[in-house]
Amino acid sequence: MGLLTGLTVFVLAIFVGFEIITKIPPTLHTPLMSGSNAISGITVVGAILAAGADHGWFACLLGMIAVALAMINVVGGFLVTNRMLEMFRRK
Amino acid sequence: MDTRTTIIALAYLVSAVLFILGLKGLTHPRTAVRGNLIGALGMLLAVVVTLVSQQIVGYWLIGVGLVIGTVVGAVLAIRIQMTAMPQMVALFNGFGGAASVLVAWSELIVLAGHVRELSAKELPVPGDVYGTLVSGLLAGLIGAVTFWGSLVAFAKLQEYKAFRKPYEYPFMKLGNVALGLLVVLLVVLGVMCPGSVWPYVLLVLVASVLGVTLVNPIGGADMPVVIALLNSYSGLAAAATGFVLDNSVLIIAGSLVGASGVILTQIMCKAMNRSLAHVLFGVLAPTDGSATADEVYGGKVKATSAEEVAMLFESARRVVIVPGYGLAVAQAQHTVRDLAKLLESRGCAVEFAIHPVAGRMPGHMNVLLAEAEVPYDQLKEPDEINAAMGQTDVALVIGANDVVNPEARNPKSAIAGMPIIDCDKARTCVVVKRSLSPGFAGIPNPLFALDNTLMFFGDGRKAMLDLLAAMKE
Repeated sequence: MGLLTGLTVFVLAIFVGFEIITKIPPTLHTPLMSGSNAISGITVVGAILAAGADHGWFACLLGMIAVALAMINVVGGFLVTNRMLEMFRRK
Repeated sequence: MDTRTTIIALAYLVSAVLFILGLKGLTHPRTAVRGNLIGALGMLLAVVVTLVSQQIVGYWLIGVGLVIGTVVGAVLAIRIQMTAMPQMVALFNGFGGAASVLVAWSELIVLAGHVRELSAKELPVPGDVYGTLVSGLLAGLIGAVTFWGSLVAFAKLQEYKAFRKPYEYPFMKLGNVALGLLVVLLVVLGVMCPGSVWPYVLLVLVASVLGVTLVNPIGGADMPVVIALLNSYSGLAAAATGFVLDNSVLIIAGSLVGASGVILTQIMCKAMNRSLAHVLFGVLAPTDGSATADEVYGGKVKATSAEEVAMLFESARRVVIVPGYGLAVAQAQHTVRDLAKLLESRGCAVEFAIHPVAGRMPGHMNVLLAEAEVPYDQLKEPDEINAAMGQTDVALVIGANDVVNPEARNPKSAIAGMPIIDCDKARTCVVVKRSLSPGFAGIPNPLFALDNTLMFFGDGRKAMLDLLAAMKE
């Protein structure tokens, strides 16, 4: 992909983020934080690549710990967000 | 690019789109549950396609990591109390940052090995190595600050005794400046020695110290800003890791989270009428513009009883309830909900005025009230409430202080310009509070001494129970 393409994607995605997130009402700001937290667990992709590749035991061990940490974020984040949003849904 | 790599890249694109659609779902409570599920689906897709990628030769370590993370995450998410939500989000921010540190470390080990091979053969180091290197160093820096900063924020929110007060030591600010310079130095060193991982490891160590010393002096009242900021950092760390791996889904997801954290940080700063720099490096201004507690309260405060307030509510047509964090501390959400229902059954209009910093993180109070089954359309923002405050019979303030302090309109006050809920403009204002002690801003509140204000002293939950009993009589 290259550095410049990466930077382009980065800047454009920040603008998309600003556009969407300013529209989220204050009522949902806590679920937004826990939900976006879960999304930042996307590092799990990099962690899986690091843990599974053939790069020596130490690099793989770092990858494994990273998989566990990122997965706590992903699973915990989406679950707790769901728990909160269910409370908003019921009348 | 072979077929498999192309399919994986396209799948990452789909999951990035799912993240955006998921966040879009969060723009309304009705669509929010679905939005969250769409985001989770995007994550599942990203994980599954990564598992089939060609680079992966062993699944053991991945499996162990996935199982540990899933179990711990699920247990935390199911068991956490809603009042403890800020701590948990702080902790999750930290884990995200730490994961980025480790992934970047692992990648830089590989990169350094590659560079050493090239030098052994006396071949030039290609330019794109340096892009990866800088991204890796940034991921380590931001990730480590996020991890340690979040741990300190967690300890403060959890109210561990050792963290009640910030640690003071000489040359605090100078120390941070020195650490900052050291960070710059190590980044330069890292770029100059692409064949070694040591600059990265040292950078992570220094950034860890910096994470602690940056969050340590920040007081409890400012925690909503800090959590929002750390939220943004955890996203930026993920984005930096995306640059290291040359992976667009990490960059997109990371920047979405980064943007979200920045917006929430701005909202919180605005609600507290403070600049970000002021929260991070300053202290509250001295209160020479405000009167002392004796001058404000002396002989003017009127205490009331449950019976008197019940009589007030008897004839009220419109009531605004203003909850503060004291309500959550007293566990009075459910009792307040009962009170609102009783008032409504008597034909009285009830609304809740939610100040952005009423809880301990953005939107926290809304979650606490939603848990008590208060419908979300009764929860109003200050602007909306203030417009109709003149037609309000009773404003009931429970466990809130600074956010209803009319001193904010006094340009000389310590909280000058802070957006407040205009409870003084209601016909009668009832304040449920333990004592006349000041809030986080540390200044007296003239609202408590106004002619149309009644102070209902006591624990929030007990006061509400007494009031309910008196109203049913």
